[in-house]
Amino acid sequence: MAEIVLDKVTKRYPDGALAVSDVDITIADGEFIILVGPSGCGKSTTLNMIAGLEDITEGELRIDGQRVNERAPKDRDIAMVFQSYALYPHMSVRENMAFPLRLAKVDNATVTKKVEEAAKVLDLTQHLDRKPGNLSGGQRQRVAMGRAIVRNPKAFLMDEPLSNLDAKLRVQMRTSVSKLQRRLGTTTVYVTHDQTEAMTLGDRVVVMRGGLVQQIGSPQSLYEQPKNLFVAGFIGSPSMNFLPATLENGEVNTPLGAFPLTDRVRGLVEAANAPREVIIGLRPEHFEDATLLDDTERSRGGTFTATVEVLESMGSDKYAYFTLEGDAATSAELDELAADAGSHDTGDAGSQIVTRLSAASGAAEGAEAQVWFDADKLQVFDPGDGRNLTYAD
Amino acid sequence: MALIGATSKNGARARWALLDFVVVVYALVPVLWIVSLSLKSKETIADGNFIPRSWTLQNYVDIFRTSEFLRALVNSIGIAIIATVIAVVLGTMAAYAIARLDFPGKQVLVGVSLLIAMFPQVSLVSPLFEMERSLGLFDTWPGLILPYITFALPLAIYTLSAFFREIPWELEKAAKMDGATPAQAFRRVIAPLAAPGVFTTAILVFIFCWNDFLFAISLTSTEASRTVPAALSFFTGSSQFEDPTGTISAAAVVITVPIILFVLFFQRRIVAGLTSGAVKG
Ligand SMILES: Nc1ncnc2c1ncn2[C@@H]1O[C@H](COP(=O)(O)OP(=O)(O)OP(=O)(O)O)[C@@H](O)[C@H]1O
Ligand SMILES: [Mg+2]
Repeated sequence: MAEIVLDKVTKRYPDGALAVSDVDITIADGEFIILVGPSGCGKSTTLNMIAGLEDITEGELRIDGQRVNERAPKDRDIAMVFQSYALYPHMSVRENMAFPLRLAKVDNATVTKKVEEAAKVLDLTQHLDRKPGNLSGGQRQRVAMGRAIVRNPKAFLMDEPLSNLDAKLRVQMRTSVSKLQRRLGTTTVYVTHDQTEAMTLGDRVVVMRGGLVQQIGSPQSLYEQPKNLFVAGFIGSPSMNFLPATLENGEVNTPLGAFPLTDRVRGLVEAANAPREVIIGLRPEHFEDATLLDDTERSRGGTFTATVEVLESMGSDKYAYFTLEGDAATSAELDELAADAGSHDTGDAGSQIVTRLSAASGAAEGAEAQVWFDADKLQVFDPGDGRNLTYAD
Repeated sequence: MALIGATSKNGARARWALLDFVVVVYALVPVLWIVSLSLKSKETIADGNFIPRSWTLQNYVDIFRTSEFLRALVNSIGIAIIATVIAVVLGTMAAYAIARLDFPGKQVLVGVSLLIAMFPQVSLVSPLFEMERSLGLFDTWPGLILPYITFALPLAIYTLSAFFREIPWELEKAAKMDGATPAQAFRRVIAPLAAPGVFTTAILVFIFCWNDFLFAISLTSTEASRTVPAALSFFTGSSQFEDPTGTISAAAVVITVPIILFVLFFQRRIVAGLTSGAVKG
């Protein structure tokens, strides 16, 4: 168990690619921290630097207060679970799990005991004498976990350990990874590009983009108080709705109509020196069917009327999709998020918004609906640099 | 539906079986013919029967009585084994570098080794003959081992780098994370996975050296280094007028045996798909 500190860590690959720059993260003892971000943002590189599999170009990595930049992986006492599992195909499951102990010259009786303990925890007891090639994906994944936990390392590093599993198994394994980590209380750094995993697993989440840390915080704080457009768009599913808007005389003029800013929002926006042209963000759950609300509630927000394009009823809620006239919000961050999500601009003008309405809503596909949103939940972003103008420390 | 499927499957199987049979017969008849010749007595050797009328082991007894053959056998075994070991060791190192590292001149190295493999050996015989004579290598073991290594290396490098490329290198990283030194990672993880490739290559190189006739006949002149394929052509009967067909056949059978044993012995180790299950995706 250990505290891991990344102090201005930078990685430049020999070909000149700057994969990670100036990363500062302090990972507390026993903490479960998630590195998340789109493909190529430097998550694996960061993890490999902590592991010792990649050299650190600049900066310092400290484990328990000691500089370990120059230490070989084996001298760092850290275990890693690879995305591909990297099981040794010529060894049985038992020998795979025992391998770290054998290298550490642990005596046979202890090896047997520890491997069997780990196998019991991971429900692998009946597979101990099989070869990895004959196991299912989920079982292989558990063997990889087993190999990591047998020797009680100072920390676990996991690089997208669940991404090769099918959706259902992934949910199951997610819970067991979480339980396992709580039980062992070992410092864990977990890389994923799945934001659901990021939100559900970690104590804290580090959002990265292009080798830079965007924001570090608890899942809830990232969700409620994203520091910039990128974090706002990356965290949350379905993601936040973004609309172009102009700020004028305490009003915000949007494709939904013109609305007064609430006092809180106005205060923050003014303090942040907002430009005139901005992007506003609203989470789907901050919308509601206006007909279900009484007047006092309605007066706390804005109301607009639009035609429901698609309605998805989830039982507990309804998701209503609208397309609004006018240009969609544009910024470098949003383009990058769209590219990562694989949703390319379809070319038609207008912005799509997703709203989550109560199950009681009478909205119907193709019909007009009157929708209310909570104006106090409005987030305002600067399209130029993407910073959140309503961010309050 | 299922019935038709089953019938056509059986039909396909029968066709394949027939084809396999033809290929095996085509390949084996000459070999069996030589075996048959080697077992015939001197009187019946030219009778043209596939199955010998009178069986004898006299031919085998004869070849092992002459030092001519025994000495050649020792030369063959020694030269082939030494050349194989050196070629495989060098080839392993080169192939490892080609598969693992990006270094300047990698393409050139691969190209040059391909060039050597394509070079007509026959055109090198006279120059080699002259060079070896002036260097004093003519009719010595090194005189054969050196050209064998030259021509076996491209073969070794090609087969081995194909095998090395199949090894998931993440396993090496995993071993390092598990606490292995680079040497331990190589010995306990990479080497066992590379073994099938190394054995396959060793067999191919060994067969290449073992079967060579061109260099063996041109670069040797005495029993000091003459290998079996060359020695066979010098076989005579017990008298000058005797036809040595029987003994040549027996010798040919004897030198085939080590190859068959070699392949059978290592076949178990050449297990395709040994690496399956290491990684997914
Ligand atoms: N060996 C390397 N040599 C040069 N550049 C590299 C190397 N490995 C990674 N990179 C670059 O560094 C950047 C970060 O890569 P990294 O593998 O850390 O991304 P990632 O966040 O793990 O992405 P993914 O989600 O796709 O795994 C990428 O732009 C990549 O092209
Ligand atoms: Mg990665």
